[in-house]
Formats: sequence, C-alpha cells, structure tokens
Amino acid sequence: MNELLHQILSGLATGGIYASLALALVMIYQATHLVNFAQGEMAMFATYIAWALIQVGMPYWVAFAITVVGAFVLGVAVERIIVRPVENAPILAVVIVFIALLVIFNSIAGWIFTYTIKPFPSPFPAEPLFGNRFMSSHEIGSMAITLVVLLLLFVFFRFTPLGLAMRAAAQNPVSSRLVGIRVGWMLALGWGLAAAIGAIAGMMVAPTVFLEPNMMGGILLYAFAGALLGGIDSPGGAVLGGFIVGVLENVVGAYVGTELKLTVALIVIVGVLVVRPSGLFGKVHVTRV
Amino acid sequence: MSAETTQAASASFAPPPAVERSAAALLEVRGLAAQYGPTKVLHGIDFAVGAGGITTVLGANGAGKTTLLRAVCNMIRTSGEVRLAGERIDGLATEAIVRRGVGHVPDGRGTFMNLTVEENLRLGAHTRKDRAEIGPDCERMYAYFPRLKERRRQQAGTLSGGEQQMLAVSRALMLRPRLLLLDEPSFGLAPLIVQQLFEILKAINQSERIGMLLVEQNAAMALALADHAYLLETGRVVMSGSAQAIRSDEQVRRSYLGY
Repeated sequence: MNELLHQILSGLATGGIYASLALALVMIYQATHLVNFAQGEMAMFATYIAWALIQVGMPYWVAFAITVVGAFVLGVAVERIIVRPVENAPILAVVIVFIALLVIFNSIAGWIFTYTIKPFPSPFPAEPLFGNRFMSSHEIGSMAITLVVLLLLFVFFRFTPLGLAMRAAAQNPVSSRLVGIRVGWMLALGWGLAAAIGAIAGMMVAPTVFLEPNMMGGILLYAFAGALLGGIDSPGGAVLGGFIVGVLENVVGAYVGTELKLTVALIVIVGVLVVRPSGLFGKVHVTRV
Repeated sequence: MSAETTQAASASFAPPPAVERSAAALLEVRGLAAQYGPTKVLHGIDFAVGAGGITTVLGANGAGKTTLLRAVCNMIRTSGEVRLAGERIDGLATEAIVRRGVGHVPDGRGTFMNLTVEENLRLGAHTRKDRAEIGPDCERMYAYFPRLKERRRQQAGTLSGGEQQMLAVSRALMLRPRLLLLDEPSFGLAPLIVQQLFEILKAINQSERIGMLLVEQNAAMALALADHAYLLETGRVVMSGSAQAIRSDEQVRRSYLGY
C-alpha cells in the first residue's frame, strides 16, 4: 500500500511537469490550431542555457531567472521571425516549419553542447524534506514550483486586462482588432509565455532524466497525451490530463514494467482519439457540411 | 448644407456632387475604392460624417455597405483618402485606427463567444488608459441594456442574437469612441427592440456628441435617426443629401421605404 502511495505521489510530481508542458501546448494550439512539435526542444535548449550559466559559476536561482526570461524572448523571436511569415500558409507547411524547428534546436544543442549526457543540479536538498518516506525533496520542490507557475498563469489569464486580451486574440482575431488589440503581439506573447513555461519544466525534469539534446522527446509525448486526454482546447483539462498521465505512467512503470512507460502515453493518445477525440473537457466541434 | 442638399435631391440618381470639404467634418472620405481579390466592390466613393452628426448609408444587399465600413477601418485592401478630424488614417492598421477613437459594431456582431458578457465589455475598453472609469462605464451599458446586466457572468455565446447585438453596440461604446461605425444594428432584433436601440443611439449621439456612420437595410428607421444620407448602388454613391430630402425623394420612397 505504501509502495502504491509512493508511486502515485512521484507520479504527481512528474505529472506536474507534463501538465505545465501540456498547458504550453494548449496555449499555442488555441491561437494557431496547431501543436507546436518544437515545444520540447525549445525547453531542452533553454535548459542547456541554464546549465551553461551554472557552469560559469552563477547561483542556481539567478541562472533560473535568466533562463526563464531568455526563453520568453526566444519564444517571442521564434513567433515573430519564423512562424509569422507562414501565418496564412497551408496547415502542412506550418507543421513542417514546426518539425524543422524541432530538428534545428536539437542539432544546434548537439553542436554546441555535444550529445554527451550531463548531470543537471536540483536546487532542492538531497535528503528528504520533513523526514517523509514518500517523496524526494526534488519531487516536492518541483511539484511546488509547477503549482505556483500554474496558479500564476491562471491569475494572469483570468484577472488581468492583458491576459483577457490574449485570450480574446486567440479566440477571435478579427473582433480583437476591432477593439484595438494588437493581435500579432498577443500571439508572440503567447509563444513567449509557452517557451518560458517549457523552460521551467525542462529545468525541473533535467535532474531526473539528465541533460542531453533528446531529453524532452519522451516528455513532450507525455505532455501531448495529457493535453489530448484533458482536451486540447481546454487549459484546465490539459493540466489535469498531464497529472493523470504522470500517475498512470509511474504506476504502470512500477507494476507492469518500465518498458511500457512510453507505451502508456501512446495508448492514451490513440485511445482518446478513437473514443473521445475532444478529450475529457474539450469542446465537441460540430461542422455543418 | 441646404443648398447642396436640394441640389442632390433634385438630381436624384445622378452622380452626386463632390463632398464639401467642411472643417467640421469628423470623417471625410474621398475616392475610396476596395476589392476582394479581383472583384471591385467600391468604385471611388466620397462621403462625410459631420462632427456630432449621424450619417446613414442605404442600399440593397450587395451594394457594398459592409465593405464601406470595413474599408474605413482598413480591414480590407483599399485605396483612397480617409481623414478622421482632418488627419489621414488610411493605411493605418485596423487596431491603430480603433486607438484613434473609431468604434465598430461589425457585421455578424463579432461576439467573443467563449468570454463572459462582462469580459466582452471590458475588451471594448482595452485601449483606454483610464482604468478606474471602466467599471462605471460597464454599469452605464447595463443601464442602457438591462438584459445584459442579468447575463453579465454568462458566456456571451449563449446570448440570443438580439442580446449579442446589444452587446456589440455596448462593446463599441466602451471605447468611448469619437466615431461609431454601425453595421446593420437592427439585424435580427424585434421591432420594439430596434426602436429602443435607435432611441439609445440618438440619446448617446446627443449627450456625448459621438459621430455615427450607420449602415442599414431598415431605411425608414435609419432616415429618421440620421441627419445626412447616402444611397449606395453597386459600389457607387448615386444620391446624397440631408436625410429629410432623401426621405421625401420619390424614387427612394418607392424602392427603399416601400410606400
């Protein structure tokens, strides 16, 4: 029983990381109706920046803050320079651009930092907090950080005029322009926020999976499964989906076999698409033909 | 004004005289042309909205009325000269034109379906700096349209068509515009509500001196509200003058007013 509790709790810890990355995917999806396949690689790249900053002797939290801001700027730049020109291109063209971004970030990271696996520090103490036997300090700490990030995002989107304008711009760009919202900048801001969230997720997951250019591949898949499970157009659903996938993955890994961890994500993806394409909380889209 | 009016009215269906370049004009448009792809919809139109005045543009379906409003705030490719209070605004981005005080009640209402009624209203005030005034302005809109107040926390997509039309007008007013562009505000409303809406527009026009450019199919209502009118046919202004003169024109009466 204790063993199961332990697995569920650490599943929630990784689930939080999937949840925040799933939220980043949903944010881009709501504005573009496309999944940004490069989301994970952008997060990986940001984590390398944090690693490099720590290597030159910067304190962890300073490097953390610089990385988050840097990732935000990178996200805005990617939208403005690379995504904007293909805004009105056919869907397949945009998908190719996203895949190209994935490959480019992956290779640049490998080129600059090599493909050797590197350890990444955790900011939390090595011994368990409060003498508990269920969760490591890093698990508790990273879960706390993801929860704070999710809460801040909720407050930002729900209660600030800028957050409201961003939601409006994603939903209805034409009407948004008619009330004076600079829609282009709102989309760029969305990319910046998504990249910043990704960077935090990357830094939280790197101590457990180790730093290497392909570290986010599997994690993006879990996040995608979470987003689909909750509903790709529902931010709250995506967060819940991320947590569910995290727990599921951990429990299956412990009791059935570690080899099946990634399979769980794929089963969730296929299962949702077959049984309930709109996810648990997504809107069912009806189109008149 | 009156000399030009009688001239236009008597010249009915002939090309109108060039718009007088009055210093008082809030919106002044010259040679406005617009097209969707290769299809020309507006062929060099001249018109004006006086400061604090209401101008209506009448015309049948497909005459180019909606396009005309879209062209004024540069939502489509246009050429020609558009001046707001003497300043050129053609070529500016739509959001920049809105920031200069041009509110738009668009064709199809433009509701933010997944946001609440109140959020829709607050979005209308997005560009305003006087944040403290926005709450009271929302209340003012609720006073005009009590139905919206009842539904303030509801998703705007669940409103009826008429309620969404009220919301569209309120959202545009939240900008505290200098000029209000109204695209068929009576569309989908019950006759009684149309009457109320037009009375509210009249009151707002008088108390706040907001200039209005009103595009309508309901010619009788529009002419009763407006001080100036233009008649649009297949992308050309074929008649213009004071609303009174247009209303008494024989041909307008038969084709647009139906009596």
